[in-house]
Amino acid sequence: MNIKSLRLSFVPVLVVLSAIIVCWYVAAAVLNTPWQQDKFKRADNNDYSLVELLSGTMSQERPVLPSPHQVALEVYNTTVKKKITSKRSLIFHSGVTLSSALLGFAMGTLMGILLAVAIVYNRALNKSLMPWIIASQTIPILAVAPMIIVVLNAVGIQGLLPKAFISMYLSFFPVVVGMVKGLNSPDASHTDLMHTFNASSAQTFWKLRLPTSLPYLFTSMKVAVAIAMVGAIVAELPTGAVAGLGARLLAGSYYGQTIQIWSALVMASVLAALLVMFIGLIGKLVNRRMGLEQHG
Amino acid sequence: MNEAASSAFEKVIEINNLSLTFKTSDGPVFALNDINLDIERGDFVSLIGPSGCGKTTLLRVIADLEKATEGEISINSVSPEQARMQRAYGYVFQAASLYPWRTIAKNVALPLEIMGLSSAMRRERVARNLELVNLSGFENKYPWQLSGGMQQRASIARALAVEPDLLLMDEPFGALDEIVRDHLNEQLLKLWDKTNKTVVFVTHSIPEAVYLSTHIVVMSPRPGQIHEIIKSDLPRMRNLDIRETPEFLSLANRVRDGLRAGHSYEDQ
Amino acid sequence: MDSPDTPLRYVQWSSRVQRTLQRLALMTASLALGVLLVSIVQGASSGAILLAAVLLVAGNFAARIKIVEHVQGAMLFGFISTVCAVLIYYQLELYLSDSLDRGSSVEDFSLAGAAKAGFWLVVISAWLTAWLCVDHLASVETLSRFKNSFLSVLTPIIFGVWLLLLWEFITRGAGIPQVLLPAPSAIGHRIANSVPILLADFKQTFLKAVLIGYAIGCVSGFLVAVLIDRSPFLQRGLLPIGNLASALPIVGVAPIMVMWFGFDWPSKAAVVVVMTFFPMLVNTVSGLSAASNMQHDLMRTYAASYWQTLFKMRLPEALPFIFNALKINSTLALIGAIVAEFFGTPIVGMGFRISTEVGRMNVDMVWAEIAVAAVAGSLFYALLSLIERVLTFWHPSIRT
Repeated sequence: MNIKSLRLSFVPVLVVLSAIIVCWYVAAAVLNTPWQQDKFKRADNNDYSLVELLSGTMSQERPVLPSPHQVALEVYNTTVKKKITSKRSLIFHSGVTLSSALLGFAMGTLMGILLAVAIVYNRALNKSLMPWIIASQTIPILAVAPMIIVVLNAVGIQGLLPKAFISMYLSFFPVVVGMVKGLNSPDASHTDLMHTFNASSAQTFWKLRLPTSLPYLFTSMKVAVAIAMVGAIVAELPTGAVAGLGARLLAGSYYGQTIQIWSALVMASVLAALLVMFIGLIGKLVNRRMGLEQHG
Repeated sequence: MNEAASSAFEKVIEINNLSLTFKTSDGPVFALNDINLDIERGDFVSLIGPSGCGKTTLLRVIADLEKATEGEISINSVSPEQARMQRAYGYVFQAASLYPWRTIAKNVALPLEIMGLSSAMRRERVARNLELVNLSGFENKYPWQLSGGMQQRASIARALAVEPDLLLMDEPFGALDEIVRDHLNEQLLKLWDKTNKTVVFVTHSIPEAVYLSTHIVVMSPRPGQIHEIIKSDLPRMRNLDIRETPEFLSLANRVRDGLRAGHSYEDQ
Repeated sequence: MDSPDTPLRYVQWSSRVQRTLQRLALMTASLALGVLLVSIVQGASSGAILLAAVLLVAGNFAARIKIVEHVQGAMLFGFISTVCAVLIYYQLELYLSDSLDRGSSVEDFSLAGAAKAGFWLVVISAWLTAWLCVDHLASVETLSRFKNSFLSVLTPIIFGVWLLLLWEFITRGAGIPQVLLPAPSAIGHRIANSVPILLADFKQTFLKAVLIGYAIGCVSGFLVAVLIDRSPFLQRGLLPIGNLASALPIVGVAPIMVMWFGFDWPSKAAVVVVMTFFPMLVNTVSGLSAASNMQHDLMRTYAASYWQTLFKMRLPEALPFIFNALKINSTLALIGAIVAEFFGTPIVGMGFRISTEVGRMNVDMVWAEIAVAAVAGSLFYALLSLIERVLTFWHPSIRT
């Protein structure tokens, strides 16, 4: 998305976003009303005004749907106001999840690139392994997450690595598929040109195939980093992990702390969005450097 | 006989002082400026000129794909929009623009479906018009199974299927090679002669314009305007050999001079 | 997928790889033969493995002299490696019943002394030989369409089967504990023995949560896309949000949905709805704008109405995009339903089974569920691809 289209869509996005927030408030009021009425009834207060009811629905401790400002306040309280080292700091938990997601993403991307190069240069691998890699994308790989965690725990590998391993496993597939496509993407005329220069395969790789594959790489890296984040969160579920955004979700769901769930969810979404945008930005810079950016 | 003679001078398209200005971020672009053009029934009019002279824009104004900002235009003495609603013309684009998921017959039937014709009538018209462009036997092929020339012929059949009196063609053979192009030109001329339709034809090839047309409209750019209208005195029905005759060559020279003179605006 | 590399260089490279592979296979087989002979002198018996080693040496040696052509090579190496696989498997079974008789632990694989090294060398050599078979198969050049598609199925199958065989040989040969990695045969046993449970889980998770959620999510995404189609303003507003949403960890809404819709499948279906909605919305919107300006102009010259344009041109043009979303969503739906079950569920369901059996260290049951999920996921995907091929036969990506 270039600047012009960004400017064009800025106002509509803002309008749609505020519409969503308005809907959210309405839904929160409606969903939280029964409990609030119940509360008033128990307090023998049958003479409450609509304003009291509404303000009540917005300030429950465990609402069915917390209102946006409650979530925002919770995020603010647990990020800015808490010390980073505190167990209640959302930044601490985000850090835990982020570090395993990023480590896994880096390993997965590296492995994906290496395997893609092997597949492109070895016809037997291309014909025998590639179909499996494509097929494995249709499989709910995330389901193995609990098992990997527990099994690795049993062997004595604990902490960051098992979670990073799941993120790696998840982000590896899109990178392989995208990179194989990218490395095979040069036009016949371009490879022919390299051939007329009598370039070696290594030269063709570094000067033609790798550069042409970069846009594909960044596209698949965007998918990979998003899914690495999901992997890291899900990986925190099965072991009852004490730290991380996934652990916050799980703890919140055990104790019915809806505000905590929503704030963890918001934080995870913000992080994922930032990561994807960051990769997208790098990709855009690289593309522009290579003259692939479309002007207009 | 008499009736035919009178209808031969009936005006199909009347354009008076027509201008079209596009507003862009770099200021207004004068795509068409003060165009005056009358086209009579049975004419074959070519619009020729360098790129940016507004020839395609003019054709799009006639087809109600663009709206003029000033001036008057009428098709069969109604506005272009009304003419479009009446399906008064067939339009042929530079690319065949056939739908890949429809067979050739179904593609030709597309406008007829939109007009709500019965299936028997559609079948009959499809068969007739495919015959006209020599594509009988390819009804059940898909566009991507045909060559570029055949695809373009199918798109002409699709334009003809509406059975319009007016055919608007925007560089229909521009993307084809010269041999196929000559062949299609010859077929188009035969078709025009057979059906007595009015054709407005955009091209940037001088031989093509001279070979096909009864009137050649030479246009010049910045702002897009008509430089000169050259009336051809070649016989209505011609074959490709006519391109060697001195009459043809002198006509081609007049067009070339006109184009050159039009270009000189640019140098000032 | 053909590489645009120059064929000549490819062939030279490939034959170099093959020569190296063959030398390695022959070397390991000879080594295995030597080691096994020593072990027989020492008194340990492993007849099947010895036979395999002899076969490998003889076959690979013969291939060095005789083989000139890829089809021959593939057949010879395929034959040798298959026979070896059977022999190795037989030896493992023999050993299993033997150790059961003696009442010792299965996990302690202790062919006496050098025989153990011989066993591993034979496994390695047999695998190299199988790889040679795959390499030769991949190098076969044929112009026949039928043979080509046959080869393109056979090659990955041989590769996949050998992956399973290696898994089997290594887990059983090295006596890896069940809780770490069960052998494929153990997983197979488990699947065969727990069909009712697996079926009940499949019904709960796939037939209820996944399919219902998927249908609601996809249909509503599509409908919203068509509804906002006439408002460029809404499109510009929703599209970036939808694009962003597909990158977010939406599975995280699972605990909320469980609170709202209870433990049973509706809460899982709700997660699936949320997950599948945005990809469908975004893809349909971009699909509906896929038609070129020229095609729009064409419909305009016919004075076609909005709905005529939609049904005759834009929806068919959008079909590839819609199928793209359907396929992405098929995987997402399964993931969503399974993960949502980690947050609470009645005592049935694939995700429930996975998380509880993991807790009990019944890893083979977990693998069985994963196998079912994998088969269900890929069959679902294959079915969608099939429908796509039928409906969008005209699209360049399919008709070639």
